[in-house]
Amino acid sequence: MCGIVGLFLKDAGLQPELGALTRTMLGALCDRGPDSAGFAVYGAEIPGHVKLTLRARKDFDWDLPLRPLADICNALPRATMRDTHAVIAVPADKEAAIRGEIARADGVEIVGSGRRMEVFKEVGRPDRVAERFGLAAMAGTHAIGHTRMATESAVTTNGAHPFTTGPDQCLVHNGSLSNHNAVRRDLIRNGLAFQTENDTEVAAGYMTWRMREGASLEQALNAMLVELDGFFTFVVGTESGFGVLRDPIACKPAVMAETEQWVAFGTEYRALVDLPGVENAEVWEPEPARVYRWERH
Amino acid sequence: MPTIDLAKTTLRELNAALHRLAPDGGEVWRVLNPRGQHAVAAGIDAPVTVEVDGHVGYYCAGMNKQATVVVNGNAGPGVAENMMSGEVRVRGDASQAAGATGCGGLLVIDGNASARCGISMKGIDIVVKGSVGHLSAFMAQAGHLVVLGDAGEALGDSLYEAELYVRGEVESLGADCVEKPLGDAHKAVLVRLLNAAGVGNEVDVASFRRYGSARKLYHFHIDNVGHY
Amino acid sequence: MSAAPDRWIRTPPRKSATFDDHAIAEIRRAAATGLYDIRGAGAKRKLPHFDDLLFLGASISRYPLEGYREKCVTEVTIGTRHARKPITLKIPITIAGMSFGSLSAQAKEALGRGASAVGTSTTTGDGGMTAEERASSKTLVYQVLPSRYGMNPDDLRKADAIEVVVGQGAKPGGGGMLLGQKISPRVAAMRVLPEGIDQRSACRHPDWTGPDDLEIKIHELREITDWEKPIYVKVGASRPYYDTALAVKAGADAVVLDGMQGGTAATQDVFIEHVGLPTLAAIRPAVEALHDLGMHHKVQLIVSGGIRNGADVAKCLALGADAVSIGTAALIALGDNDPALEDDYRALGTTAGAYDDWHEGRDPAGITTQDPALAARLDPVIAGRKLANFLAVLTLETQTIARACGKSHIHNLEPEDLVALTVEAAAMARVPLAGTNWIPGL
Repeated sequence: MCGIVGLFLKDAGLQPELGALTRTMLGALCDRGPDSAGFAVYGAEIPGHVKLTLRARKDFDWDLPLRPLADICNALPRATMRDTHAVIAVPADKEAAIRGEIARADGVEIVGSGRRMEVFKEVGRPDRVAERFGLAAMAGTHAIGHTRMATESAVTTNGAHPFTTGPDQCLVHNGSLSNHNAVRRDLIRNGLAFQTENDTEVAAGYMTWRMREGASLEQALNAMLVELDGFFTFVVGTESGFGVLRDPIACKPAVMAETEQWVAFGTEYRALVDLPGVENAEVWEPEPARVYRWERH
Repeated sequence: MPTIDLAKTTLRELNAALHRLAPDGGEVWRVLNPRGQHAVAAGIDAPVTVEVDGHVGYYCAGMNKQATVVVNGNAGPGVAENMMSGEVRVRGDASQAAGATGCGGLLVIDGNASARCGISMKGIDIVVKGSVGHLSAFMAQAGHLVVLGDAGEALGDSLYEAELYVRGEVESLGADCVEKPLGDAHKAVLVRLLNAAGVGNEVDVASFRRYGSARKLYHFHIDNVGHY
Repeated sequence: MSAAPDRWIRTPPRKSATFDDHAIAEIRRAAATGLYDIRGAGAKRKLPHFDDLLFLGASISRYPLEGYREKCVTEVTIGTRHARKPITLKIPITIAGMSFGSLSAQAKEALGRGASAVGTSTTTGDGGMTAEERASSKTLVYQVLPSRYGMNPDDLRKADAIEVVVGQGAKPGGGGMLLGQKISPRVAAMRVLPEGIDQRSACRHPDWTGPDDLEIKIHELREITDWEKPIYVKVGASRPYYDTALAVKAGADAVVLDGMQGGTAATQDVFIEHVGLPTLAAIRPAVEALHDLGMHHKVQLIVSGGIRNGADVAKCLALGADAVSIGTAALIALGDNDPALEDDYRALGTTAGAYDDWHEGRDPAGITTQDPALAARLDPVIAGRKLANFLAVLTLETQTIARACGKSHIHNLEPEDLVALTVEAAAMARVPLAGTNWIPGL
């Protein structure tokens, strides 16, 4: 069980504050998700490049996997180091080769990719996790975040949310699925790999698989309503915005708020109280079993 | 008139002070900056009036007795849950399970209430000026739910003896919940409740439809297995 | 003259182990009535249980304590984590939640009398607190259940502790059940239900779902009671490691863990027999969760479900529990299933020791009934004394075992004091098979 936050900025003037606002939202939901936290930030694009978020263990020697990439890219790729994660920007046409190189490296893996998305997650209290990654200083157009109280799987970094579901896309979840083991077995037969016993990893895998087979985001989410059993509120981050879906029974809470400057999501209203202008925001709850989307135009 | 600023005072101090009130006092308190905190003004047992300026989180005025609690904002899940007596008024919207298992008193929601409004109610009166979400009045045992707007799916599912009145559209009725004729006695109940909610002059009671239990599930019968 | 049949050796008639008498009778009953079988009590089939464990008494490597003079302390305190007023019990055995409604008022009073006489607590059930119970029980735990029948803040404040019931061992995932025969005028009034109907009950709480929201609910209950009272969370044994961890994360002061042998007033037989874990299998995972969170003995663990004697009590404590709770055994001590009432049981189509149709409300012992004439058969004073006797014996037996194992406090019993007689029990209790060093699975 968990807390979810999402913030989508309509006002470009607020973009430098995206990280600070998201950090405050995450902090409000520490109690309901004390085990681990994660977030995805959609920041600046570097034209012609893809950003890869890499994760390794603490005190990892990043030189080892990064140095060989210089040969592929004709220069060392731009890298931003953040605690156990590193974000590297690579030429888009070199992405496949870079992925192959990193797959051969020991102790490091790619946890997110896209033109604008960067993904960070770790074990520990959410406010501390946000601090380790410097969330407060990040800028961008939108972000989703998650605080975790592990229900049936272990408290590990891999078990934390968000889970990547494709380029510039990731998923967070509040609730508890009841048929994820069977769905996981089917997805494994369809070629997907899983690292945890986590139900959310299965939901993310299902979404990835559906979209890989040609479904749109809406179609994939609508399929999840039918194929996944249990209780869920899903928030999906996409390149242009985010999506929200609640199960038909809708026991898990979900609050949305909107002003002229932003649209926000929070598991509890408490997460939204420090957003600018929230006193005059329109506040409502998403209906069950209905896909919602917000995007930049 | 005591004013408590929850940006400076803790919730515990506020509730402890409210619980220390004499059972016959009639003060008016003002609470500022609730900022979505939970259990604000929960467990009061005194005829005090508490005005809360801002949005509250879960269980505001939970198990309220005698007090009048006004939320000048929205309320999170379970507002006035298990209320015994007194009044709770939400000027904005209420989240899920508003008035859950309430045994008495009056809950008025000026905006919309979400899913499960009045779930398992046991005598509380609830008036919602907007609409209510799905599974409202689920297993409702006693009391009245009056909705000026619409009701979501499965209204009154598994209903016992609570009376439901909806003026707008009902998306669907739950198991054992059926429409019933609106008689003079029922209109009188509506008049009383709408007046208490402050909209007595704005609404024609004849525009409501009444819903109640068909009482077919009162004794287990295998032919009703589809409802279980 | 038929010589032919004698030349053949007859095969004796052979009954099926799969379609045994019980299975056949149940199929016939279902076909006749179109109703599932509803009954009271807990799982009746044979399950790995505490009888499969033995204690290693003192010998040369360990020394025993003398009885009587060398103290063996039995006190336990519940609620040290958050409550301003934790409760101290003189013995590590409490009376489990059973409702007024499922039990007669006399039975509830008897339970209170017996528990108070030996310094322990009783628990309300799915129907609320009666004045008699509060008066007769010195330490009373007040349950908060999905139905919220009878829930009110006055009783919440009168209680000594609060128990949020997520589920019970007989039916993890199920709600309460009380049939029309027992919805008497008084029960109906307390529960705000029409008299004589079959009560339908919710299986989830109305205003929260999940441990993240349970945390907020527990916080509300603390706020309403000014943080005075210990708050327990009760679960039916199902996924005890996760459930215990989540109860701790949600802020519980104590976890009550009820195995499938735990009784109920009424539910479907299939639920009782086929859903949940045996008590023996649930304890070590729950204790492991407490250890992993650094909360063993800081969040107290109370185990119930088939506790019958001091050996069972001692074994639960050795496996890591802080206390146990009894339900069925308490009712038997009061007089349930008394052989002296055999004629009455025969008239009901059953026999002493098998009577479990408690939902029908025709209990000849006057315990699981609302019928005034039957309920009057139970004298609360006499029955209370019997319960007190039984609780005293449980305590003495526990102390006897503890002393024999060299313990001056029953809480110093530990898993290493135990061995198992079967591979299943060894694996579930995580203790070695007797005479070996082998713990299956470890």
